Amino acid sequence: MRAKSSFRDWFNSGAPYIWLNAGAVSLSIIMVVGLVALIMVRGMGHFWPSNVAAFDYTDDDGSVIALAGEFIDTESVPRARLAVDDSRIAADIDIIDRRLVRIGNRDYTGFDYRWVLDAAIHNLSYPENIMAVERYEWGNFYGYLKAVKENGEVVDADPDWESFQRYVAESEKILGEIHHIEKNLIGAVNYEMERLRLREKGLGLSNEPPGSPAFGEIETRRASLQEEYNGYTGRLTDLYERLNRASFVATLAGGREVELLFAKVVRAYRPNDMGITVKMVFYFEKLWEFVSGDPREANTEGGIFPAIFGTVLMVMIMAVLVTPFGVVAAVYLREYARQGPFTRLIRIAVNNLAGVPSVVYGVFGLGFFVYFLGGAIDELFFVESLPAPTFGTPGIMWASLTMAILTVPVVIVSTEEGLARVPRAIREGSLALGATKAETLWRTVLPMTASAMLTGLILAIARAAGEVAPLMLVGVVKLAPSMPLDGNFPYLHLDRKFMHLGFHIYDVGFQSPNVEAARPLVYATAFLLILIIIFLNLTAIKIRNTLREKYRAAEQH
Amino acid sequence: MNDQTNPDRTAPGTHAVNLGTLTGQAGKLSLENENPSVNVNSLNLFYGDKQALKDITMMIPEKKVTAFIGPSGCGKSTLLRCFNRMNDLIDSVRTSGEIRIGDEDIFAKTVNVAELRRKVGMVFQKPNPFPKSIYENVAYGLRIQGINRRETLDAVVEKALKDAALWDEVKDRLDDNALGLSGGQAQRLVIARAIAIEPEILLLDEPCSALDPISTLKVEELIYELKANYTIVIVTHNMQQAARVSDYTAYMYLGEMIEFNDTNTLFTNPREKMTEDYITGRYG
Repeated sequence: MRAKSSFRDWFNSGAPYIWLNAGAVSLSIIMVVGLVALIMVRGMGHFWPSNVAAFDYTDDDGSVIALAGEFIDTESVPRARLAVDDSRIAADIDIIDRRLVRIGNRDYTGFDYRWVLDAAIHNLSYPENIMAVERYEWGNFYGYLKAVKENGEVVDADPDWESFQRYVAESEKILGEIHHIEKNLIGAVNYEMERLRLREKGLGLSNEPPGSPAFGEIETRRASLQEEYNGYTGRLTDLYERLNRASFVATLAGGREVELLFAKVVRAYRPNDMGITVKMVFYFEKLWEFVSGDPREANTEGGIFPAIFGTVLMVMIMAVLVTPFGVVAAVYLREYARQGPFTRLIRIAVNNLAGVPSVVYGVFGLGFFVYFLGGAIDELFFVESLPAPTFGTPGIMWASLTMAILTVPVVIVSTEEGLARVPRAIREGSLALGATKAETLWRTVLPMTASAMLTGLILAIARAAGEVAPLMLVGVVKLAPSMPLDGNFPYLHLDRKFMHLGFHIYDVGFQSPNVEAARPLVYATAFLLILIIIFLNLTAIKIRNTLREKYRAAEQH
Repeated sequence: MNDQTNPDRTAPGTHAVNLGTLTGQAGKLSLENENPSVNVNSLNLFYGDKQALKDITMMIPEKKVTAFIGPSGCGKSTLLRCFNRMNDLIDSVRTSGEIRIGDEDIFAKTVNVAELRRKVGMVFQKPNPFPKSIYENVAYGLRIQGINRRETLDAVVEKALKDAALWDEVKDRLDDNALGLSGGQAQRLVIARAIAIEPEILLLDEPCSALDPISTLKVEELIYELKANYTIVIVTHNMQQAARVSDYTAYMYLGEMIEFNDTNTLFTNPREKMTEDYITGRYG
């Protein structure tokens, strides 16, 4: 009797609910933190230069081969799961340990990852002079440096590491120059050439008589551009010749000698010889390359800067489009429209729009924006480049607009709530001073609603930055040849396709030819996407809190 | 930074003197001798089907304080809000009859409501300063009219704040947010905001009901000073307040104007039995 009543007391005291709620909150926090931590560890570990092992390995057929590479992963599997029941392992062992090794040298061995059985590894060592080479093609290379050649002649039969690195640096410098000429200088020439071609075609379409001064002008300009172009190609030939002069000879783990061009080397390092500080420096260099560089090798190597840039730019254009649109709609609905069944119906419709699957918006965007609107714009303003579409094809403009449509309900709803929170007394006070309704709205009500609008915008940004499905239909591509913002007039190219982090994750993870190489990048990209969304949100939240502080007291009146 | 910081306005001695002068001068007033500022003719007002004002005919005298008293729901605020057409904001309101300010019927279709409200200012029950600086609150009405010249605004803001007896308390912090003011200061700021655009008529809708006694006294003194330049109409629940500040008082009951006379007569020698019951507290 006593015990029962004390249980009831405890139950009625509310303590169980507090425990329940605290438990739910803790669980949510653990899940979120765990998710981020998992993604971070998996993704960020990828850039650490792990040691390269060299060992002898008894293969399936009993032959012994020499292998070198980085241990990536270990796992224990039951014997039954192995395809072959081989003699390398004692018969009484049921659980077998095996490791995933990144052996690199894809061009010589055919694949750069393989599983090896722990039991079949002999003579494991970490030689200090083994080097890892990151290449522009064919993935990593592991081997021992032998000699340096120039123009096919051995110039240094026993090169030391410093002189080898000087060659690498030299070729990197030349590559940088080539990149600058090809991308920026020739890119600008090509861009202007294309504009000239379109202008010429435009003149033809507007029945300008042939031989008129306008054509002559174009011709002169074209000739000078061609001359400029020839100058650049001359320099390029020269640079390429210098670039391809130097090569080096290296030995693979099995003793085979191969020759590689310095031109193909991104960086070379000897991880077993690196101290912790050197490794840290190396790590951050790699990280920086990931954040600021262009992707290589079908997106499985290099950086993801174009995707970061595309994501942020798309979200910003979306924010610029969605805010005025949503605010105007909310103001009309709340302030001007006569409240009745019809406005209620519209409000329900708007709220339900937020629940439409996003890919449906993608289809709508493709059908309406890209084909219909874009097609019409091409017909009206870009006749000269038809039949090649300018805006009648997926691009960042349409992607942002589609995202704006997708997120506009959120902005409308929160702005409406903000408008409803402005006290009647404030509106009456303004009207009583001779302000019209529009002046009252503009000078008093809307500023007080700003924090609610920003709340809507925050939600819109969070949704838009994470969305992938509709973007695939209206403008995102695997690899964009040029960025939507560059140095060529008019600088912001809204018609261009762009790269996006969300799509990048999908592409690298599922469409990549080299799944093992891509997996850490999926985590790293996901982590970066989360960081960017957090950053965008924090910025908006900061602005909102400042505004809210300013107007909080008024809402309490 | 509150009302108590200004000793010469809150000293207990001045209370009695002021109250004495406020009530003592009402002796020889008579409606027949006044210039009409507002003429109300057979005004009826409906909220949907419910009639809130019934055939009101009256005159508001120029540059005097007129008080509306009566029990809750008697229509005094509704009548007040007719003078600047604040009732337009409520969709279901219909009116008949006319209200003339000068020669103009304010219900006429040709009337510009915003201009009418510049002529007929209003102060509400709760202080409602905008979430802007003190300066911008007072300058609001002028900016609405397109006056943005700094010197003009400076002069008007200073004058309005002085007229509203607030200048000394806020002159060093004009750029501070007005939401930081106390209730009494905020109400005087709202009055300053209203008189900055120099209306002819000032409507006060229970201006002291949300204020403490000291702030109330300040606002009452202010009303007394303002009547030299403005026609003032005040709605109040507080009969002592009506007696203290007003020259003329109207008693309303259930939408009807029961009695309208100079304050002294109405309070000391009411014509109607209903009025007497109300002011002596026998009603309700």
